[in-house]
Amino acid sequence: MSLYVTELRRLAKRRVTRLLLVLLVLGLAGVATAFSFSSHKLSKEVVAEAQAKADADYRKELANWQRAVADCDTAKARGENTEERFGPNCGRDWQPQPEMFDPKWNLPYQFDFRAEFPMFIAVFAGAVALFAFIVGASSVGAEWSTGGMMNLLLWRPKRLAVLGTKMAALLTTVLGVGVVLGAFWTLAFWLIGTYRGTTVKMTAGVWQSIGLDGLRAVGLILAVGAVAFALASLGRHTAMALGAAVALFAISEVGLRIAVGVLSVPFGERYLLSTYAQAWFMKQVKLFNYDACRFAKGQCEPAELLVSWQDSALVFGLGAAVALVAAFWAMRRRDIS
Amino acid sequence: MTAVLEIEGLRKTYRSRKRGVRHALDGFDMRVEAGQVHGFLGPNGSGKTTTLRTLLGLIRPNGGRMAILGHELPQALPAVAGQVGAIVESPQFFPHFSARDTLGLLAQAGELPGQRVDEVLELVGLRDRAGERVKTYSLGMKQRLAVASALLKNPKLLILDEPANGLDPGGIREMRSLMRDLAAAGMTVVLSSHILGEIQLICDSVTIISLGRRVAYGPVDEVLAAHSQGSVRVCLEAVADLPQAADTLSGAGIRVTTEPDHLMLAGVDKPATVSRLLAERGLYVSELTPVAVDLESVFLELTATAPVPGQHRQVDQSTKVGEPGVGGTTGGWGA
Repeated sequence: MSLYVTELRRLAKRRVTRLLLVLLVLGLAGVATAFSFSSHKLSKEVVAEAQAKADADYRKELANWQRAVADCDTAKARGENTEERFGPNCGRDWQPQPEMFDPKWNLPYQFDFRAEFPMFIAVFAGAVALFAFIVGASSVGAEWSTGGMMNLLLWRPKRLAVLGTKMAALLTTVLGVGVVLGAFWTLAFWLIGTYRGTTVKMTAGVWQSIGLDGLRAVGLILAVGAVAFALASLGRHTAMALGAAVALFAISEVGLRIAVGVLSVPFGERYLLSTYAQAWFMKQVKLFNYDACRFAKGQCEPAELLVSWQDSALVFGLGAAVALVAAFWAMRRRDIS
Repeated sequence: MTAVLEIEGLRKTYRSRKRGVRHALDGFDMRVEAGQVHGFLGPNGSGKTTTLRTLLGLIRPNGGRMAILGHELPQALPAVAGQVGAIVESPQFFPHFSARDTLGLLAQAGELPGQRVDEVLELVGLRDRAGERVKTYSLGMKQRLAVASALLKNPKLLILDEPANGLDPGGIREMRSLMRDLAAAGMTVVLSSHILGEIQLICDSVTIISLGRRVAYGPVDEVLAAHSQGSVRVCLEAVADLPQAADTLSGAGIRVTTEPDHLMLAGVDKPATVSRLLAERGLYVSELTPVAVDLESVFLELTATAPVPGQHRQVDQSTKVGEPGVGGTTGGWGA
């Protein structure tokens, strides 16, 4: 227990942790603040104003049309060819109708908490996952590269317990940061929805769905933190985790994307990690195989492949498990020099 | 005497596809008695740090036996770790933590009272700079901090790898005094260092390692005596008598080297014999000085690492015990 508390203290004292936490808070606060300015409450006055503008636009277009028809009739009386300039029947068939001027077009953007907050959960998860990745990798990477790990093992020679405790301290910290900031994030968007948007139709079921989205976000954040920790421990340097992340991105999102495209692999996106990240937040992603269609023979319903969040859990869970097992195995077996 | 540290037949082999097999430790033996300051010497790459790391559980040995305070290692390492304080090679710390933070975290991990941090900071002379970041410290101050971290546990066995590295002359003297005080208080100290003059001054006993094997061990004076070779410098009243004196002494079975103004004798058990032999021939001695060896010359001789003009010795070029054709010793001096 003392080691666990020590590791929590060590993590909290680290400059990288503090700096990144400040940047994370400022970044999230900046996004929420900027977003709050882009949303406008649709009050009765604003709706009436939009309606009035739509009516005015209609009247203006109607007047323009009437003037055009009159001009056409005059030109026709002079014996001029009006077909080309005004269309057939002097454009009488194109009379503007009121329903063509939807007042909604004149309304400013209004944030809908129910419909849009899940997207902001993904934004939040991405930011905190980045924090977890860097803090996770640097916490153990710096320990290895500065000799701190060796010093600690002279005090606590149980290697697996030391590594496990360090990881537990990291995940606890990341979880704490995620939960606290997540609560503030939700509150901030709820306030934006209340004062500068709408929070209608928020039933218990919607809250439950948001709660599940939040749980998945926390799961992703913890997994990213654990994987970064495992990779940095495996390579005994922070750069190992960062390098692996860059390599994974290059292979999955660039190399594989090009390869499946060139080879016309059916449902090629199923090999890309971003597909699973998308499915994790959106609950599912539908992939289509348009290559199977022969549009020359008419309409085609392309074959579909559903990637669910459970598939994502399997992929990310397996990846995290492999990294963790390798890190702990290396910790147990390798010499420390 | 009770052995605080025992190593028998310790082996560590590194295998590499590129570099093949390398025996870092090749049946190494070591024994340190309680309350001693024990010097652990060896050339670069001889296996000193590998031995210390293996002892402390950082490296897995391929064979052999190790025990600290009577507990077999590595099985009992968690049980004895609290009684062993160690620094291995140049210790490094988080540059942005202060010395107090660094030691405080270690003390907390070791469930030690916070006041112990102040005690060791005082002991190593860092009390007034304890709140400053380690990155502002000089090498010597970092070294003091490392020693403080090793002393934090108030260990029964203190293992220090190059503790005087980077220390100023005053610091070296303080370190020497600290080692003696700790040993006097009952702490056993194992000191690895290349400053052989210091080792000779501080240590009660030494172990010398070369290419993974022990080449000498025992009390310092016994190791020195075993390698003094009975060297004696002889000057005569008349330099012209040197050739006759050389013949006389050679005839008595003494190895003689003639220098321009004196003779160097080897294999002399009793210097008085020389005086008597020469006096019998009417040759009168003006100076008869037994040549004392120091630990450095013994070390260079035992490890065969003395510099040779015109040659560049490579790291692994040193004595290996038991190899034919090299000047290896059989060990076994002293205890």
